[in-house]
Amino acid sequence: MYCPYLLLLLSLGVSAVEVQRPRGVPLSKRQFYEEGKPFTCLDGSRTIPFDRVNDDYCDCQDGSDEPGTAACPNGSFHCTNAGFRPAFIPSSRINDGICDCCDTTDEYNSGAACQNTCRELGRKERESLQKMAEIAKEGFMLKQQLIQEAKRGLEEKKGKLAEVQTSKKDLEDKVEALRSVKEAAEQPEKEAKERHLKAWEAVIRKEKDMAKMAAVFLELDADADGSVSVAELLLHSELDQDSDGTFTETEAQGLLGGVDKVDTVAFEAVWSNIKDKYISEETRESVSDTDSEQYPEDDIPEDEEEEDEDDEDEDPDDGEYKVTSLSFSIRLVLDGPGSPPTTRTQEKKDDEDEGTMPPYDQETQNLIDRMTTFFCFLFVHRNIEKEISFDFGPSAEFGYLYNQCYELTTSEYIYRLCPFSRVSQKPKYGGSETSLGTWGKWAGPDDNVYSVMKYEHGTGCWQGPNRSTTVKLTCGKETVVTSTSEPSRCEYLMEFTTPAVCQEPPSLDSMHPDHEEL
Amino acid sequence: MATFTERMAPVLAFWLVLCLSGTWAVDRGNFKTCDQSAFCKRQRALKPGESPYRALLETMELTNTRLTLQLINDNNKVRLLLELYRLQGNITRVKINELKPLKPRYEVPDVLIREPPTEPLSLLSQDDNGVVLSLGAESQRVIVSARPFRLDIMEGRDVLMSLNSRGLLAFEHLRMRKDTFSYKVTSTVASVWDNIKRVFSSQADPEAEKKEEGDPENQAETGKEEEEKVEDGMWEETFKSHSDSKPHGPSAISLDFSLPGVEHVYGIPEHADTLRLKTTDNGDPYRLYNLDVFQYELYNPMALYGAVPVMLAHNAKRTTGIFWLNAAETWVDISSNTAGKTVFGKMLDYVQGSSETPQTDVRWISESGIIDVFIMLGPTPKDVFSQYASLTGTQAFPPLAALAYHQCRWNYNDQEDVQSVDAGFDEHDIPYDFIWLDIEHTDGKRYFTWDPHKFATPKEMLQGIMDKKRKMVAIVDPHIKVDSNYKIHNEIRSRGFYIKNKDGGDYEGWCWPGSAGYPDFTRPDMRAWWASMFAYDQYEGSMENLYTWNDMNEPSVFNGPEVTMHKDATHGAWEHRDVHNLYGLYVQMATADGQIQRSGGVERPFVLTRAFFAGSQRYGAVWTGDNAAEWDHLKISIPMCLSLGLVGISFCGADVGGFFKSPSTELLVRWYQTGAYQPFFRAHAHLDTPRREPWLFGPENTALIRDAVRQRYTLLPYWYQQFYLAYHTGQPVMRPLWVEYPQDPATFALDDEFLIGRDLLVHPVTEEGARGVTAYLPGKDEVWFDVNTFQKHNGAQNLYIPVTMSSIPVFQRGGSIIPRKLRVRRSSSCMEHDPYTLYVALNPQRTAEGEIYIDDGHTFNYEKQEFIHRRLMFANNVLSSVNLNPEARFTTRSWIERVVILGASKPSKVTLKTADGQESTVDFDFDASMSVLTLRKPGMNAGEDWTVKLQ
Repeated sequence: MYCPYLLLLLSLGVSAVEVQRPRGVPLSKRQFYEEGKPFTCLDGSRTIPFDRVNDDYCDCQDGSDEPGTAACPNGSFHCTNAGFRPAFIPSSRINDGICDCCDTTDEYNSGAACQNTCRELGRKERESLQKMAEIAKEGFMLKQQLIQEAKRGLEEKKGKLAEVQTSKKDLEDKVEALRSVKEAAEQPEKEAKERHLKAWEAVIRKEKDMAKMAAVFLELDADADGSVSVAELLLHSELDQDSDGTFTETEAQGLLGGVDKVDTVAFEAVWSNIKDKYISEETRESVSDTDSEQYPEDDIPEDEEEEDEDDEDEDPDDGEYKVTSLSFSIRLVLDGPGSPPTTRTQEKKDDEDEGTMPPYDQETQNLIDRMTTFFCFLFVHRNIEKEISFDFGPSAEFGYLYNQCYELTTSEYIYRLCPFSRVSQKPKYGGSETSLGTWGKWAGPDDNVYSVMKYEHGTGCWQGPNRSTTVKLTCGKETVVTSTSEPSRCEYLMEFTTPAVCQEPPSLDSMHPDHEEL
Repeated sequence: MATFTERMAPVLAFWLVLCLSGTWAVDRGNFKTCDQSAFCKRQRALKPGESPYRALLETMELTNTRLTLQLINDNNKVRLLLELYRLQGNITRVKINELKPLKPRYEVPDVLIREPPTEPLSLLSQDDNGVVLSLGAESQRVIVSARPFRLDIMEGRDVLMSLNSRGLLAFEHLRMRKDTFSYKVTSTVASVWDNIKRVFSSQADPEAEKKEEGDPENQAETGKEEEEKVEDGMWEETFKSHSDSKPHGPSAISLDFSLPGVEHVYGIPEHADTLRLKTTDNGDPYRLYNLDVFQYELYNPMALYGAVPVMLAHNAKRTTGIFWLNAAETWVDISSNTAGKTVFGKMLDYVQGSSETPQTDVRWISESGIIDVFIMLGPTPKDVFSQYASLTGTQAFPPLAALAYHQCRWNYNDQEDVQSVDAGFDEHDIPYDFIWLDIEHTDGKRYFTWDPHKFATPKEMLQGIMDKKRKMVAIVDPHIKVDSNYKIHNEIRSRGFYIKNKDGGDYEGWCWPGSAGYPDFTRPDMRAWWASMFAYDQYEGSMENLYTWNDMNEPSVFNGPEVTMHKDATHGAWEHRDVHNLYGLYVQMATADGQIQRSGGVERPFVLTRAFFAGSQRYGAVWTGDNAAEWDHLKISIPMCLSLGLVGISFCGADVGGFFKSPSTELLVRWYQTGAYQPFFRAHAHLDTPRREPWLFGPENTALIRDAVRQRYTLLPYWYQQFYLAYHTGQPVMRPLWVEYPQDPATFALDDEFLIGRDLLVHPVTEEGARGVTAYLPGKDEVWFDVNTFQKHNGAQNLYIPVTMSSIPVFQRGGSIIPRKLRVRRSSSCMEHDPYTLYVALNPQRTAEGEIYIDDGHTFNYEKQEFIHRRLMFANNVLSSVNLNPEARFTTRSWIERVVILGASKPSKVTLKTADGQESTVDFDFDASMSVLTLRKPGMNAGEDWTVKLQ
């Protein structure tokens, strides 16, 4: 950035630095201060004899007659800072006893013992610039990879989507066909069929409930650790047992059967306690899927609510709802090993062991299996839909952050950032987790909107606002939370490095002209 | 700092009330009304005109220094001893105590700076009805009337003040409790003992003995009456869930004062009310009882954090003062015979030559102690200030930097935060001198410690601040966490320094750290120990640029009655009841001593306190506590600080921006503009409010705030000089207009504008969306100059001033000279050697006068004559500087860079003559449109003799 200046300097030759000019005047303005000739204030307001320049009395309204003294309230002083960057400082900092210019030129009459630190600073700056440039370079390369991956991922997902749609159609046909076949075949055994149909309906209903449970589990398990904790439950104040307006930890723990967290198996018992009151976060936040028209069966927010009310009368064959339902199995499919071990089949077996479920014939079983697969596809479909709906940046370079979480442990807390999802804080030595906000929006300045993320509507503060978090993104090779703070009560600030914000660095050569000769 | 705030609330029993009420007002139910305070209710029930007190003139003794006289209550025959002193400087002291109290009654120590020197009283006449004494020269007399007892202070034929003229003197004598076994035993024993005693008794008081013996009937009657009189609340009192055991029974005192010719009374802070005190006939009396009031309400007589029992009475002829030296809970009733009258009614009186002179009646009621009252007879406001200063001392002379801008917040989170705020000020070119740390900087609210994570290297942080020539204040509250791993607690406990509860154990209450003990600051040995804790080797992480803030020193006890200490807690021989209002003063006293000691007596301390009492001015600054970000709170900051200034406490300020809630940008800017012209200038904010450092509201507002703060810095020489004056004379720095214009009734009730010293008049904009303000410019033959435009306005008029967001209406009095330093730098210390600009505002006689005071700004060396104090005078077209104190020696590098003469005419030539006899010509500019003459760079040293001649 001081390339032109340097060139100018070079063109003037080495003697340029010796060119006499009044103290505090930058070389670029040298021509206005001509020794012995009347000086005209740079705003043109008046002309004064040259001996009034830097005579420690302010004559010009714009302060231009006193570039080297503190006489003008609005003046500025130029330090050459050879070896480092030149700078302007307010003239009130001249001779105030505090070293501001690294070349010590601002303290020429205060007795302050300033050391010339320009070379040292220059060296450090070059080092750090170099380091940053390297980081930017590597980061930028990583970013390119991320963009490629995102592209591939998107295509894949779109493919899956299409696949699901085809399969759905196919399956729907097959289910219909099967049912007809089954109905025809079972005509003579009407009684039995009805029994089986009923059983089948019951299974479907049970299935649906289990599936909803699974979905709720996933939603509740905000930190995706395979269990639902008191803290996670606390985020759903509608579950308040005594409806006194406060959902306490004790109450939450009561719901969890007296323990701090439950896994998927234990959650079953919990589910029966909460299903009537539970309100999905999506419903709550009224997030409308932009694609809901295209895929009406996925129009969850409205439907789900209805679902809660009309559960019992539901046509078992109504495929719409179950889309969200079978998340457990879907999750198994999507996430593979490492996800909660409980499977739907397992649960069903348990049910059977208890003898609550009537046995059904092979065809019904087939039907159920097919339906399951069908739901699986639909769920995948829905998840992809949701994922695609996020703004992952101009080249989807932030997409890799989706479904990931990053932690930072401070002296007191563990902070957790799950990009595009939520931010939370948990005391290091026990205690419940607090939501510091859920994904809100990109909130950087207009020219760099993807530099800041905003997470909003976290847990409310007593007599205060809901907690919120601003995440500042800076270029780095690694994806990591580097710091957190709470500048204002309940307003958190998090710094986060990721290659996704790295800009293509200008070539090192152009940035680093040879400083040595200065 | 918060009081009883949200963070603590959930653990407290009554948090729900706060929650549910959900309003931003004080929960009045937490604080007593007069009716709920047993002694106030008892005393207020007394009817005027039925005084049972009679002066026993035959007991009168007159010595060189005092008159003593017994008073008897004819109802119960209890005798009181009246002492009357004439003190130097036109003060009369009246002391009334029981003649023979059952046990000693509390007399407030440590408030008077010395035993006040007396002057002889002389007897003018005496008869059966009374005594007339001369109060010295000015035909002032005291008339003691015998039946009923009353005192009248006269000057010529005018009554200046009457005591017990309404017969409301009451003195609840100490007595044995009658309904207990111990009383019965004691009384039986006592009567036996009395007989024995009588046999052996000396002849000390034969008169009295005879009287009593000679009146057995009366005595019997007395006993009966007393038994009848046992009322609720005499021996035990309950407020909400708190009970006060009152082991010593009733002990209240009360006295009335009549002020003929007076319609305006002021003082008795701290109340969030108008400058002119209101009558209290239709509500509660003004209450003086130091309390931590959460979200206080405005315009009412409720008690707040501090108490100064001093009232000023003023009319166009005279100013007087009443100093009621009592540290117990006190209530003050005010009534007036003109209060109810309409303007028309008053006019009618005037036209018809009405019979009735206006009169204000005042009545003081205190829960315990004695009557010890100082009547300051003026006659001018300034006389009253010096009279009061002669009793309780003057404002501590603060370090210069303390008069600059302070940046505070609950809380700056950690060292990084401090550093970035510090850098923010530089980045936005806004000066500041002090950054403050609230309670969160400590290790678990253990004062004198630092949070090991957030403030791991305090010295490093302090050094960083020092490198910018800035300073820091860290909070040290008087409640001490009960924690056996905490050094301070262990030491206080092992030395037995804690206040005791009524059962003799260490008193414990809830405050920020949870369970806390309260050191007994009334003990000199405790205060000495506390002071020693500020030594650099005791207070780890402290450095010489670290100063102190004492909060919560009412004391605040979250779970105590009225959020303070139980009155039956004990301080050695005394109950907390006796000393309550003094506690905060002692905390600040000990802290300031600690700061002085740590520097070996060299450096001036700076300590801010929330609680205060008469005399607190000697120890530092005071702020108006936990206000709110509301326009009315901005407005009330003016009368609140004016009231404090009138009773000696000049170093006063309100939290700029408002503590609770979040100010609108407009309010914040207006508050900075107002605060920049009030003595203690500190921005502060509650923990739960969004950040509000000056640069967070867009460049335009940053510029407005910067400008306000910079105006403060340019005027620091004037502020410093005013504080030097306050330190010397006891005159307030921030003054109501009537103090300077005592004969102009138009000024008597003004409290939306004020004077700094006598030369600057400030009418800050305190209305939302204001387009203009109307300022009253006083002085019939005076002129005032707008300090921004230099426009001249005549005095004795209401002037409408159009305003924009950048306007701070400030006027310089014609006839004054004000020094400024226009080179505003990042802190006041950076400006130490900078040159001065003198603003000479000419009066219609074309003269002006001012002063300049210079010293090192931070040590006590000014006491050793190391200062420059000069008078600047302009007359006959000559401006000159003469030494006001030839013994003083100090040199400065500062010089005079500019002289701006307002209301001047154009000279043909200007010459400067310096001390060495050199003469030189001075360049000048003349602005004919505004009649402003600017002398360019005369360049003389500010500490030397010189004259500038306009020709």
